[in-house]
Amino acid sequence: MISIKHVSKTFGSGTGATTALDDVSLDVARGEIFGVIGQSGAGKSTLIRAVNLLERPTSGTVTVDGDELTLLSPDQLRVARRKIGMVFQHFNLLAGRTAQGNVELGLEIVGVTGAERRRRSLEILDLVGLGDKAGAYPAELSGGQKQRVGIARALAGNPKILLSDEATSALDPETTRSILDLVKTINVQLGLTVLLITHEMDVVKRVCDSAAMLEHGRILEQGSIVSLISTPGSRLAHELFPLGEVPPHAGNTVIEITFSGGSADRPVIAQLARNYGLDVSILGAAVETIGGKQAGRTRLELPGSPVANAAPIADLRGQGLLVEIVGDGAASWTPSSSSSAEGAHA
Amino acid sequence: MIDPTAPDFWSGLFQVLLVGTGETLYMVGIALLLTVLVGLPLGIVLVGTERGGLFAAPFGSRPLGRVINRVLEFIVNLGRSVPFIILMVALIPLTRLIVGTFIGSTAAIVPLAVVAIPFFARMVEIAIKEVDSGLIEAAESLGATRWQIVSKVLVPESLSTLILGLSTTVTSIINFSAMVGTVAGGGLGQVAIQYGYQRYSTIHMVAVIILIFIIVMILQGTATWLARRFSHRARPARTRTSVPTAI
Ligand SMILES: Nc1ncnc2c1ncn2[C@@H]1O[C@H](COP(=O)(O)OP(=O)(O)O)[C@@H](O)[C@H]1O
Ligand SMILES: [Mg+2]
Repeated sequence: MISIKHVSKTFGSGTGATTALDDVSLDVARGEIFGVIGQSGAGKSTLIRAVNLLERPTSGTVTVDGDELTLLSPDQLRVARRKIGMVFQHFNLLAGRTAQGNVELGLEIVGVTGAERRRRSLEILDLVGLGDKAGAYPAELSGGQKQRVGIARALAGNPKILLSDEATSALDPETTRSILDLVKTINVQLGLTVLLITHEMDVVKRVCDSAAMLEHGRILEQGSIVSLISTPGSRLAHELFPLGEVPPHAGNTVIEITFSGGSADRPVIAQLARNYGLDVSILGAAVETIGGKQAGRTRLELPGSPVANAAPIADLRGQGLLVEIVGDGAASWTPSSSSSAEGAHA
Repeated sequence: MIDPTAPDFWSGLFQVLLVGTGETLYMVGIALLLTVLVGLPLGIVLVGTERGGLFAAPFGSRPLGRVINRVLEFIVNLGRSVPFIILMVALIPLTRLIVGTFIGSTAAIVPLAVVAIPFFARMVEIAIKEVDSGLIEAAESLGATRWQIVSKVLVPESLSTLILGLSTTVTSIINFSAMVGTVAGGGLGQVAIQYGYQRYSTIHMVAVIILIFIIVMILQGTATWLARRFSHRARPARTRTSVPTAI
């Protein structure tokens, strides 16, 4: 649905030049929610703005729903943009128009007039759960309500794609969840493809089918969440399921098992204890439902060195589990996400 | 010297003030109309042809945009810097060309509009620049044309500021219209000069001052009211969770 090929973007020239995107290629499949995660300044906004050419790439091509946008004339581009709705971190609503007026803006631009415009705008406001706030001005709405108006406006032209640039970053956690649920609902009900940008792992966890990690204008990893989870050494997987620091236990082996799909509900630990007589201790675990499937990681401590534990580890791998030896007690391996030990020691 | 005790003094005064007020409102009104018609687009083009602006590259040519911007910038600066009294005299040939004469209130409209247009264009420029660029981006993402962005986003969103700018502009047009009166342009300015100054009638002078003051007050009051009416920004007293009232 969205295909970005070798896109680079440099701001300025000479010594003051900033490379915001460096040879980025990305594919978003029809109907999926694709999350791009990265820290502030990574180039996320530049990337999403390149999708509807609000920011024209210095090089590379952007193809949306079969149209190579980078080749279109300004008039053709305007028409193509109607297929691509966009929501913004700071909502960007017209202060002088009511919620309904803001939604109607999208319809006016597309050329819907009169009673049909009023009907459609109210219908979309209902869809985003704001049917009762049609007459309210943005200044009279909460952040979450404003973003609902923003989403309704983006939906006005019946787009096939929704772009979201940090749409929930200005909202509190509870409102963030309700907006993400709305995005998911729209994705399912209207079959919209969603490309969303965020700096919060929770957003990716909650709604994304696929994700990419952007750092210094480059894509480090991308793929479906499930495939990322089963990729050894995936930074995204580690950050999606942060288990905190590995505590040093002299002489023991610390392993991390990544579950995805069906393996999550198998009694792996009990099996280890039964089949090998191992005294397994759980150091941390994080299990989430991603895209309707259970996925997660568990950090276990096995007595003895990795060499002594070779057989049980091989057995686990033989069952299709992703097993990483993250510490043999002596070494102090730390996961890339040294953030809070959220989800650890569950 | 006019005798205030003469039997027809008050009716004469009334008559003169009525005609003067009428002429002033006529000059100012038409000049204002022209100012909005020319100054508004001028201000929009001034902002638009700046780097990264909406009309940065008209017909796909950035050099053209730059030239337009420089030329308009020069004209506006020129119009703003020449003292009105000089401008008025310097414009006599142009006024003759357009109106046929340089005497009377119709002729006075030309210099009034010429001085007010650049003044208002600057106000428009400031008002338009205040509009959050995110709003333009939102409209662009919806597929808006440049004209739609101007008419549906830039002008409506800066309406309160534009109205206040317009009110400042009218006040200065009224101010200049009195000066025009001294060069036989008619209006209340001419009344003040002819009766108040040349014929030493303090009553005429005071009446003119009061009338002009009233006109300015009414205009500014209306403008402030309209500006508030069109502003829908959050009021500080309102909390996030308050129930909105329908307007
Ligand atoms: N219009 C611009 N002009 C110059 N530099 C820019 C512009 N937009 C973004 N940048 C630079 O590009 C880099 C990426 O910015 P951005 O895409 O906004 O990052 P993010 O959204 O991930 O925080 C930053 O270094 C930023 O300073
Ligand atoms: Mg950003």
